[in-house]
Amino acid sequence: MSAPHRNAPRIVRDIAHARAGDKGNTSNVNVWTYDPADYGLLKKTLTPKHIKQAFPHLIRGEVTRYELPHLNGLNFVMQDALEGGVNRSLNLDSHGKSWSYLILGLPLDDEESG
Amino acid sequence: MSGAAFRIGTGAGFSADRLEPAVDLVEGGRLDAIVLECLGERTVAFAHRDRMADPKRGYNSLLERRMRALLPACRKTGTVMITNMGAANPRAAAERTLAIARELGFKGLKIACIEGDDVSALVPKDQPLMDEPGTLADVDMPVVGMNAYLGADAIIPALDAGADVIIGGRLADPSMFLAPIAHRFGWDAGDMPRLGAGTLVGHLMECGMQVTGGYFADPGMKDVPDLAQCGFPIAEVAPDGSAVITKLAKTGGCVTPATVKEQLLYEVHDPARYLTPDVTADFSRVEVAATGADRVRVSNASGSARPETLKVTVGFDGGFQGEAGVSYAGPAAQQRGQLAADIVRERMTRLNGKADLRVDLIGASSLFATAGLRASDAQDVRLHVTLRSRDKEAAELMLWEVESLLCCGPAGGGGFRGAIVPCVLTKSVLIPRERIRPTLDVTSA
Repeated sequence: MSAPHRNAPRIVRDIAHARAGDKGNTSNVNVWTYDPADYGLLKKTLTPKHIKQAFPHLIRGEVTRYELPHLNGLNFVMQDALEGGVNRSLNLDSHGKSWSYLILGLPLDDEESG
Repeated sequence: MSGAAFRIGTGAGFSADRLEPAVDLVEGGRLDAIVLECLGERTVAFAHRDRMADPKRGYNSLLERRMRALLPACRKTGTVMITNMGAANPRAAAERTLAIARELGFKGLKIACIEGDDVSALVPKDQPLMDEPGTLADVDMPVVGMNAYLGADAIIPALDAGADVIIGGRLADPSMFLAPIAHRFGWDAGDMPRLGAGTLVGHLMECGMQVTGGYFADPGMKDVPDLAQCGFPIAEVAPDGSAVITKLAKTGGCVTPATVKEQLLYEVHDPARYLTPDVTADFSRVEVAATGADRVRVSNASGSARPETLKVTVGFDGGFQGEAGVSYAGPAAQQRGQLAADIVRERMTRLNGKADLRVDLIGASSLFATAGLRASDAQDVRLHVTLRSRDKEAAELMLWEVESLLCCGPAGGGGFRGAIVPCVLTKSVLIPRERIRPTLDVTSA
């Protein structure tokens, strides 16, 4: 991993931080912007539809987004998104702890400001 | 804030958590209580297997070391310890702790043992599974144990009895914090907003250092000072249930609104409906504010009626999992690693067509393989093969096939390692809470 270049496309990690958790075969990732001014951009970028479309083979169920505007945060609950979950998945990360960085690696939808 | 704050700390956030920072916290934290949370769903299932092998075991394997290190500090500072280190055998854990207390000469130390979470005898075979179709009888694997999540109402009687050490099995994580807080402030069992507030404190604290800078650092974006010496958290809880999350000044780590927010929704789905045995907690309007260095105030959590059912984790014997790997580095490492992957897959399919097999190329594509992401320029990759099977022999065959790549696989492979471990698997069911009767046994050293 290298430091971001000035001209590299911006990703969610440039404006937000996140943590992932699991319950069975459901993953949840909470995402928070560092700067309240970026909350609108985060909401625009991370729609449930966009997340599901970005990883169709991994996230097979419904994606629900909960909003905490007063804390500049979003919580994504992704059903059937853990390859069976810790009981069945043979992924090295069977809890999907690293899914936070799947979300943080998505490109920002900031064309008009770029 | 009015009235004296209740000071509660975390001394373990999972079964294998660090010990020295827990000792530091009890010695220097002026705590009223310390909680050691040591159970996950699968941890209990593994503990049941241990107990089956030896009826004197089945509790946290670090219990003895933790008790020897922490009991003297707790005794000196008057700190009550609450823990679910009893896992599948709280009675044996309490007996062991009693023996240690006597050995240390802590006469009169009161040790409480909470049981009644083991509900194997109470759950019928035709019990429907939670969150999936079918019943327990449809799961074609041997059951190793069943434990209901017990709430604060199972722990408070031990506090009433004046216990110094409270040991249980499947005590719900946040309930171990809520119980002493509610007990100290005399909260009514029907005061759902306050129980929701106390549950928020428990939820933030239950994973230990995950709120003090652990599991947070991302160099350049989220730097954490002295993570190697990260301290466990302290909550200073006010009588209204609001709290300041902090840590010992001389420890590493940090408590910031960002560390608190990441933990606020850790493993939470709908923030307005977080279910515990005690309350349906509402974290959706929680306020998070820095009030000083490494001090963050949380307030405005609430709650409504507790669920009428309790969650039960059912553990099953899941057979064996084998893992094996060989590494490739330098020019065309990925192509050689991929060839090795194809060879193992072909040989294993011929030997054991039905096995549950996965082949990854660590460095190029493993954790995010199903997500479809691959690093194209990695020149140091590791073939990693995982197989799960009822019988150990299939796992042994897989290890053999991966090791054989050293002579009859692609060029330049090295560093074979392989291991086979037993597996457990868990399912959840919901049962009416009236069916569960927690019991309490208090013994003095």
